[in-house]
Amino acid sequence: MTALAIEQIAFSYGERQALQDISFRTAAGRFTALLGPNGAGKSTLIALLTRLYDLQHGDIQVAGFSLRSQPREALRRLGVVFQQSTLDLDLSVEQNLRYHAALHGMPRKVAHDRIEQELDRQQLSERRKTKVRELNGGHRRRVEIARALLHKPSLLLLDEASAGLDPASRQGLNDHVRALCREQGMSVIWTTHLFDEVKDDDHLIILNRGNLVAQGRADALSETDGSLQETFARLTLHPVPA
Amino acid sequence: MSSYWECLRAIVAREWLRFVQQRSRFLSALVRPLLWLVVFAAGFRAALGIAIIEPYETYITYETWIVPGLACMILLFNGMQGSLSMVYDREMGSMRVLLTSPLPRSFLLASKLLATALISLLQVYAFLFIAWLYGVQPPAIGLLTALPALLLVALLLSALGLLLSNGIRQLENFAGVMNFVIFPMFFLSSALYPLWKMREASEWLFWICSFNPFTYAVELVRYALYERLNAVALTVCLSLTLLFSLLAVLSFNPQNAALRRAT
Repeated sequence: MTALAIEQIAFSYGERQALQDISFRTAAGRFTALLGPNGAGKSTLIALLTRLYDLQHGDIQVAGFSLRSQPREALRRLGVVFQQSTLDLDLSVEQNLRYHAALHGMPRKVAHDRIEQELDRQQLSERRKTKVRELNGGHRRRVEIARALLHKPSLLLLDEASAGLDPASRQGLNDHVRALCREQGMSVIWTTHLFDEVKDDDHLIILNRGNLVAQGRADALSETDGSLQETFARLTLHPVPA
Repeated sequence: MSSYWECLRAIVAREWLRFVQQRSRFLSALVRPLLWLVVFAAGFRAALGIAIIEPYETYITYETWIVPGLACMILLFNGMQGSLSMVYDREMGSMRVLLTSPLPRSFLLASKLLATALISLLQVYAFLFIAWLYGVQPPAIGLLTALPALLLVALLLSALGLLLSNGIRQLENFAGVMNFVIFPMFFLSSALYPLWKMREASEWLFWICSFNPFTYAVELVRYALYERLNAVALTVCLSLTLLFSLLAVLSFNPQNAALRRAT
């Protein structure tokens, strides 16, 4: 089954073409890394996926449901962790989760049980009453992941979720999300511009200047050049820092 | 249906929690009209006598006259402030979470409007209670009959605030627009003086006040506090609430704000 199908997406900001004829599919239960330099079009693609922008051309299907014709069904199956924190800082962890559960129309009893499960899974049970403002970056990210998983989506989208975290926290977050992917069979789209967050067996998609320049297994794509950094530099003409 | 109810309940609860966290907002919402009531009205009491005019059946003090206007002032400030928080959410990114909800956007916006209106009502009744203690005492039952009028006015002003916020790029700009809207609306209305008095002073100012929606909001509340219905005011307020709400929902497009920032 296909978790996400992007079909001939194009988007422009007036005269400036941000995305051109982007098409790809990600299989269910796979970890997919979306890699690209700044200005590649990753944020635009995320904005289209999360309905911040309306589709201009093409279509997006989440678990078989079109964002154009069946947006509600598509969004029910999508969980999102945004690059910028979107938690209510003055509310507690539990209050944030309850609010989000209600936005997805979850009955209170169901929401209560799901919140308990996610707090336990993200190891946040002891911090349920803590105001988000008092949490560190790593914990806030975990709250956002818990929030994104409350309604049991089939596709989890993380938009540069490790931004602003120290290296150890970044690695921990990456490992944690991969574990979710493995253990629950959840499909994950992880957007990043950092090579060390991509593993050899990931399904990798590389964007550059609004174009899809490569897709496939990460190790297969980098076989010719010897490393992912070299492959990236060749495909995007972006020199990799030493 | 239950999913809609849960969502509405959560949006109202969130607004309530944020309101409770910001006690200074509650206090400033009360201090503002109380200053007008206690200081301004006291100073003008001698200069401004109010002849017998509907819905009042006797001569009234100036304080009695301005209480409905001050109650509506609270609703006006809160309506604009509620929309300021929408602009803030848009800037800070929390709007994006709202957009990923599978429930219709129009419902989410309507819930937000209702939540803002309900919180405003609490502040208005706190003010009316203090005004009561100060000696401005409409009929007790009037405090009940005024409730639907106050709710309608709260929705009207919240919808107007939302409509204005849809065209604003940045937080700082909206704060400026708020002042540009609030003070003319308040001063060019029947909140501080009867319109016939305004007409004695200036014909064109009278007509500006007559076309100001806030005048009808104030008159609706004024009559309702005295268990009377001002049919013209009700028609105007109801029509404008529907119109502003519809325009606010139709013009709500976070993409426009995001695209303006991106280009």
